[in-house]
Amino acid sequence: MSTIEAKAGSPKRRLGDLVFANLTRAAGLTILLALAGVAVFLTIEGIPAFTAGPEDLKGASSFVVYVWPLLFGTLLAAALALAIAVPLAIGVALTVSHYAPRRIATLIGYLIDLLAAVPSVVYGLWGGLFLGPKLVPLYEWLADHLSFIPFFAGPASTTGRTILTASIVLAIMVLPIVTAISREIFAQTPRLNEEAALALGATRWEMIRLSVFPYARSGIVSAAMLGLGRALGETMAVAMVLSASGVVTFNLISSTNPSTIAANIALTFADATGIQVNALIASGLVLFVITFVVNFAARWIVSRSEVSV
Amino acid sequence: MTTLMDKPSDALDHVSLKHARLPRWAPVLVLVIAFAASGLLALLLGWGPVAIVVVALLIYLVVLPTWSRVVENRRSAVDRFVTALVWVALGLAFVPLVSLLWTVIREGAPVLDAKFFTWSMRNIVGEKGGIYHAIIGTLLITACAAVISVPIGLLTAIYLVEYGAKSRMASSIRFLVDVMTGIPSIVAGLFAYALFVVFFGPGVHMGLGGGVALSLLMIPIVVRSSEEMLKLVPTDLREAAYALGVPKWKTIVKVVLPTALAGIITGVTLAIARVIGETAPLLIIAGSTDSTNFNLFKDQMMTLPVFIYYSYTQPGNHPEIARPMAWGAALVLILIVLVLNLLARVLGKIFAPKTGH
Amino acid sequence: MNRTSLRRIAAPSAAALALGFALSACGAGNETDNASSGSSDLSGKLDGSGSSAQESAMDAWRAGFQKANSGVTINYDPAGSGAGVEKFNAGGVDFAGSDAALDPEKGEVDAAKKRCGADAIEVPNYVSPIAVVFNVEGVDKLNLAPKTIAGIFAGKIKTWDDAAIKADNPDAKLPSTKIDPVHRSDESGTTKNFTDYLEKAGDGAWTYPADKVWPIKSGEGANQTSGMISAVGGGKGTVGYADLSQVGDLKAASIKVGDAWTPPSAEGAAKAVEASPLDDSRPEGDMAVKIDRTTTAAGAYPLMLTSYLIACPTYDDKAKAALVKGFLTYVISEEGQQEAADNAGSAPIPASFAEKAKTIVDSISAK
Repeated sequence: MSTIEAKAGSPKRRLGDLVFANLTRAAGLTILLALAGVAVFLTIEGIPAFTAGPEDLKGASSFVVYVWPLLFGTLLAAALALAIAVPLAIGVALTVSHYAPRRIATLIGYLIDLLAAVPSVVYGLWGGLFLGPKLVPLYEWLADHLSFIPFFAGPASTTGRTILTASIVLAIMVLPIVTAISREIFAQTPRLNEEAALALGATRWEMIRLSVFPYARSGIVSAAMLGLGRALGETMAVAMVLSASGVVTFNLISSTNPSTIAANIALTFADATGIQVNALIASGLVLFVITFVVNFAARWIVSRSEVSV
Repeated sequence: MTTLMDKPSDALDHVSLKHARLPRWAPVLVLVIAFAASGLLALLLGWGPVAIVVVALLIYLVVLPTWSRVVENRRSAVDRFVTALVWVALGLAFVPLVSLLWTVIREGAPVLDAKFFTWSMRNIVGEKGGIYHAIIGTLLITACAAVISVPIGLLTAIYLVEYGAKSRMASSIRFLVDVMTGIPSIVAGLFAYALFVVFFGPGVHMGLGGGVALSLLMIPIVVRSSEEMLKLVPTDLREAAYALGVPKWKTIVKVVLPTALAGIITGVTLAIARVIGETAPLLIIAGSTDSTNFNLFKDQMMTLPVFIYYSYTQPGNHPEIARPMAWGAALVLILIVLVLNLLARVLGKIFAPKTGH
Repeated sequence: MNRTSLRRIAAPSAAALALGFALSACGAGNETDNASSGSSDLSGKLDGSGSSAQESAMDAWRAGFQKANSGVTINYDPAGSGAGVEKFNAGGVDFAGSDAALDPEKGEVDAAKKRCGADAIEVPNYVSPIAVVFNVEGVDKLNLAPKTIAGIFAGKIKTWDDAAIKADNPDAKLPSTKIDPVHRSDESGTTKNFTDYLEKAGDGAWTYPADKVWPIKSGEGANQTSGMISAVGGGKGTVGYADLSQVGDLKAASIKVGDAWTPPSAEGAAKAVEASPLDDSRPEGDMAVKIDRTTTAAGAYPLMLTSYLIACPTYDDKAKAALVKGFLTYVISEEGQQEAADNAGSAPIPASFAEKAKTIVDSISAK
């Protein structure tokens, strides 16, 4: 085909092709450059923080000491969010793919998309003003009855602005992406496998357990990891919901909570000066690397399992 | 089971699949009973609606499988339990959606009036102002992001589908674009800041930076959706054009793009809907002000999400005025996103190529 | 077909563009109105940052100054005194508002000097009582001695029916609710004034030095004054401290001054500041006040803060120098102080202070 083109086209036409082809290639390169640029610029602006002293790092003796509690909070909040969201998402995805009638399934799909369309700042507003106060009685109950579990050691927060509330909001926010991907994968289970299971007398649950889940396992893992990436980097909902003290604790319901990297940046960036800005950017770099690795791994699993998502 | 006589008949029962089944209306009946019982308990103990629903669902989750276990068999009971569990999960997922939309409408609707849309917050002390400045900022910055993202995204998609195809560079771009969709928005904001600081010095604030940050989030979405759409264009069309001696670039511009136009526009509109509500990057690079700023290249620019954030975190000494305004702005933002989503579908219909080409 | 579909895109995009221009052609309703009324030579933009306690007053000053000078935009980020001062010293903002004078021991005075190229000017612009706010079911009035307040915030007094609180309030019905003390999680001048008061008046119950950063790592942290207010208002058995102008519906405790129980009031704060001398060790343009926390003057309320405006004596840009000078002059003028008193319930700065501040502000010039 290319030989035909070369012969048929006048030099002018080939110039047009050359320009256009290189234009599109340049656009693709721009994206690669942008991604590299993120890493480069964050590193350049972040470097001064790695050698900064306590006076610039809110009293922390080094950058690692500064970022560790934030990293802890980030991981804790994201892990909790996933623990809540993944089972729910699998349930919803199963409803759509295997339980609900076609028409209802489409409607559910739309509603889940709606959940994804709500801006994060609105989730933050709702979480801070509505959900948090509503959860206070639950936290008090947990602190009264289950305080032997370290997670619920209490004393219960009276405002509801705890890391558990933040995680619940995060869970709602990652639900759509985990659902969407799980749904795709469940729907792609070979029809024959399912029908074979049913023909052997399996109940619907046994069919799902025996033919859908084994097929979808790696897909669910990568869906959860993409959700994890989203939860790690989500900023506003946490910044607006959490009353953060920057401590390291597993107590989920008290008023003294760890902060997260993203929320810490959002809350303090406007007020930061000098090296503090560099420290925030460096913490952003840490976040970038972590989310990059998580997303990278998730996409790798997807591409390896040969299920197109 | 003890005598030989029983065994064949028992086995026969299973083979003929004639063992007892619960009637079709059993789940509905149990659900009604569960709610009735929970409601009764609620009357006695004074619970709220949340507790009623939770207890009713718990009763349902216990009663139906138990009934099934007694009448049917263990496997059916497990199946019914899981079915119930799956539907409960679905219900649980929708509780926050309904609650959130309802709260935003209830709290936000009362503040929406002409003044709310046409005034800014400049010189407003202790009274209700408007979000005009924030709407302008959001529109300008989002438009700026679209102007940057659409050409780059579309051209990249063309490269991936028409030129790169299976080359190593194309597959690495494709992969990294996927990874890029996961970049936290705050990191995009930090990147824009770190980039602009190099040119304008510390403390830089400008709308353009917001546009750059948002385009970092928007480009991957545009690339992915455009790529999907370009792939759908039949190869026959391209080959027909080549056969007529049309150069490749002209084929793409005149044949491939118009055919995929509907899908591309839908994708772009959805991408805009995705980034228009982003807060974190704008907080960092666009800043906040209470005056209207039309200049993308100079000074702070207010945007709707940042307005919501500051009205919530810094309501000043009149929270009773600032809070409803935050809800009102949230309602406006949600409406904008929904309209964009609808628009995406409508535009897709309008630009859809006529059938029978 | 191809042509038509490309053409079809033209109409809506033209419409969208037109809409965009239509929107951008006119400003906001309130902004166009004011353009005709105010007229002056001043124009441009000032960025300020700092104390969130004086946010209400600053809102009033910004509005008043912008109304009189329609070409001027003043942005103020109520980020907290610590952030404001640091940002000013780093050159990020044109002026700072701080509830605590520049601290020489922390190098703030030197840093400001470095930023300005000369000693920075610091004028008191806002005097306001700090209220000890509480939210306890069934309790409307509360008396707290300084030592009791210190005990509560140090975490020694844990429930509302503690003997120390009972001793201060013999007639009140106090519940056994747990006390949830809320502190500012950001660097705050209010915190510095509050801890300064606890240290000097707390009778040994407070063992930490005065600081903008809350010294204890427990209890509920709230960001900025408004965060404090919503945390105390939204909680149960909560207690916190905030500028009186910002407390809204929350109840404020009376504190013990001498032998009298004194509720927070602007007059009380004014009396306390009148009883306090200026700090002599400061450079010429620096009007730091040494607040006497243990004053027993009748009616005085020594748990108060004096806020300062911090600016440079000279600016590179002529327009900026004129703008800073104009704005500061307006703020310390009688009119500006009255505006703040009406809007924020602050006390006007004493006349002797105002006079000295005026001469300092008058000296602001371009380099």
